[in-house]
Amino acid sequence: MSIDTERAQQEKVEPPPGPVSLVRAELPRWAPYGILVASLVVVGVLLAVTGGFSIGLFVFLSAVLFGLATYLVSRVVEGARKATDRLVTIVVTVAFLIALIPLISVVITVVTNGLARFDAAFFTQSMRGVGGANDLAGGGYHAIMGTLIITALAAVMSIPVGVLTAVYLVEYGSKSRLARAVTFFVDVMTGIPSIVAGLFSFALFALFFGPSIRLGFAGSVALSVLMIPVVVRSTEEMLKIVPNELREAAYALGTPKWRTILKVVIPTSIAGIASGITLAIARVIGETAPLLIAVGITTGLNLNPFANRMATLPVFAYYSYAAPGVPREPFIDRAWTSALVLIIIVLVLNLVARLVARVFAPKTR
Amino acid sequence: MQQPGDRIFAASARGAGILILVVLAGVAAFLVIQAIPALVANPADLPGGKNIAVYVAPFVFGTVVSSAIALIIATPLAIAVALFITHYAPRRLAQGLGYLIDLLAAVPSIVFGLWGLAVLAPAMLGLSTWLNTYLGWIPLFAGPVSVTGRTMLVVGVTLAVMILPIITAVSREVFLQTPKLHEEAALALGATRWEMIRMSVLPFGRSGIISGAMLGLGRALGETMAVAIILSGSSIITFNLISSGNSSSIAANIALNFPDSTGVAVNTLIASGLVLFVITLLVNSLARYIINRRREFSGAN
Amino acid sequence: MGKAIDAKNLNIYYSSFLAVEGVNMTIRPKTVTALIGPSGCGKSTFLRSINRMHEVIPGARVEGRLELDGKDLYGPGVDPVGVRRQIGMVFQRPNPFPTMSIYDNVIAGQRLNNKKMKKDATDDLVEQSLRGANLWNEVKDRLDKPGSSMSGGQQQRLCIARAIAVQPDVLLMDEPCSALDPISTLAIEDLINELKMDYTIVIVTHNMQQAARVSDFTGFFNIEGTGKPGHLVEMDETKTIFSQPKEKATEDYVSGRFG
Repeated sequence: MSIDTERAQQEKVEPPPGPVSLVRAELPRWAPYGILVASLVVVGVLLAVTGGFSIGLFVFLSAVLFGLATYLVSRVVEGARKATDRLVTIVVTVAFLIALIPLISVVITVVTNGLARFDAAFFTQSMRGVGGANDLAGGGYHAIMGTLIITALAAVMSIPVGVLTAVYLVEYGSKSRLARAVTFFVDVMTGIPSIVAGLFSFALFALFFGPSIRLGFAGSVALSVLMIPVVVRSTEEMLKIVPNELREAAYALGTPKWRTILKVVIPTSIAGIASGITLAIARVIGETAPLLIAVGITTGLNLNPFANRMATLPVFAYYSYAAPGVPREPFIDRAWTSALVLIIIVLVLNLVARLVARVFAPKTR
Repeated sequence: MQQPGDRIFAASARGAGILILVVLAGVAAFLVIQAIPALVANPADLPGGKNIAVYVAPFVFGTVVSSAIALIIATPLAIAVALFITHYAPRRLAQGLGYLIDLLAAVPSIVFGLWGLAVLAPAMLGLSTWLNTYLGWIPLFAGPVSVTGRTMLVVGVTLAVMILPIITAVSREVFLQTPKLHEEAALALGATRWEMIRMSVLPFGRSGIISGAMLGLGRALGETMAVAIILSGSSIITFNLISSGNSSSIAANIALNFPDSTGVAVNTLIASGLVLFVITLLVNSLARYIINRRREFSGAN
Repeated sequence: MGKAIDAKNLNIYYSSFLAVEGVNMTIRPKTVTALIGPSGCGKSTFLRSINRMHEVIPGARVEGRLELDGKDLYGPGVDPVGVRRQIGMVFQRPNPFPTMSIYDNVIAGQRLNNKKMKKDATDDLVEQSLRGANLWNEVKDRLDKPGSSMSGGQQQRLCIARAIAVQPDVLLMDEPCSALDPISTLAIEDLINELKMDYTIVIVTHNMQQAARVSDFTGFFNIEGTGKPGHLVEMDETKTIFSQPKEKATEDYVSGRFG
């Protein structure tokens, strides 16, 4: 078809309506803030008058009014598209702030409640013989040691298996059927509920030692089931981003594959791998359910993970809160302090992971 | 011809991979072995005195309801949070804000349980009362309102907080992967920021959002301690979310009863754990399937 | 349709980094202007500043004036969204929306403004735009297929159809043929020659033969060294630039001695 006839056809079509001008009516820069303040005042006054003031209601109604008012004002002045854009911006921002509320609330609650017993006794005493006149003493020393031992054992088992599996997947397996199966089942393992891991470990040990078996090592096995997939996943991601040129450069120098992996690939990605392992430890150190099943609880210090029950921080916190002695308060206080210690450990591990990743990352520029 | 070092290293790497398969098979096998006594036992010997299906049913129901509430609350919130971090927050702050949400995922579940009971439950009494007063004709809010706040609704909200970071993290990642080209195509047509997101980011990220929600669901289904601490659940089936009678969840029921159980009761609890395992396995496999299908699809592009 | 663009002493910054300095340029309506120059010389940055697409990068700003038919594009109250409605853009790599059909891709921009267009009107608009992009005959039987099902050259023409469907005054093209094979490139070049009857076209290209083939005017950008700002060396009719440029640097560049 020639250009001329095409053009003739084009001319028949009516141009879409509405010439567009460059300058649009626009709300002044201060308008959103003005509307926000106005909303807060209006809601505040209304609630004060009706007498139903509560901080939650105040924030909620103010946010709703702010969104609606901004939408209406903007719609009148700037048109529907801009108004929708502004409304979505408010909704998205408010959603983020809402998501922060529980985080802040959890931290404040745990810190204020946990400080009561955040003392030397908590870190040096167990619960052996605590009761009666001694009620105010007692601490979580045995639980802290139990958590450290069981988690360390779990890490010792999980890290080599996890890292080696990741090496297999990235360096050896490529697209083999086994590698695909491992990848899939590692993903599946990521989703195993922690209590099921605990049941598995119990079922395993109960088969050999009878149904009343509870020991620290069983807890480590359960935690390993939860930890291995996390280690595999993060290590795999890190190995994958090592550029192939590095491997080829090493091969070209006549280096065997395993030395290339040990001397070139892993050192290049060690920061990321270490950071991922730290995060994996942080993830399992706070697990309660599997330890409740496989390790149980005890009042005294037990440093041998291969015999008898051990106390762990999360389980200690749980029993102190759910089944307190009489009087209740010292037990509740110890529960909160355990939670506080646990949160501090997890936060420190997270921080360490970020630092490791940042400080030891290979310099790219 | 391979060097011996190569052979040993390759074999141990391969062995580690196989070990994982063995462990997973072991998880399934040992659970089945220990569950069998409960399946073949005389129903009169089981807790509750009925057969195993009747025993597990209310807990399955409680598990599904609590997770459903969590999912309904967390998914839209997580999408909005992910959009805020990727497309609205000042770029210099974005990464830090991402960490902040990730920290929420790091808080141990026992802490969420304590917090849910001590802070959230009393805080939500007002809302529960309001729901009962104005929406009481819906069976979900029929009441009477529990004065302790140990209700299914509080559990659902707590679980929502716990799975929010998971869904956010997955959504955030796919939103960031939206090709710049598609975003610019929308902007160059004169789209506002929201229109650009609707035209390019959300369609591109849809499967990512779905799989993130499924992963969150998997976590909520298996969550134990928060439910065990907050809920005073029992072996009933009720849709009433705000009163004191609640269906317990599988995981919470195990945690609460396991330490004091003996004999076939232990096997019954393990059998219920097996049911939970199968449910989460299905949900997670579905999530992974969606993720992988998308990966192939985008790889072909 | 078809408006003039005037840059007056335009400086473009990314945060504190001065990327392009002191551009004075007049682009006449309904002409094709090619921008050439070595990599990193700021020609793409300048192009993107015309419809404020460079603002996608945070911290981007300009000094000086940039006018569309005498109206300041960076004046107070000017909405970048409105600017982009009048100044369309075609990118280096074809970028049809993968989740939309060919049909929906063409009217994607129109949908934003005019949600309740009649079916007839949209049908007409789609046909008119696809014809305008010389694509109608190739795709009229599969308008409901995804845009990604086409060849690269067809995808790029689909993007042009999508851009002209919102009836802009100016079309910016950022190396539109660099990802295409020679035959598809030829089709796009033919299309550019037709489009200039209706639109003012500014095209960035690395290919000097292409600049010579399609453009009426050519601007040569250069850069002193890394870290220095890019600047417009000279601008003239294309045949002048390629036969007797005033500047030595231009002559060296068009004769292939550097760049």
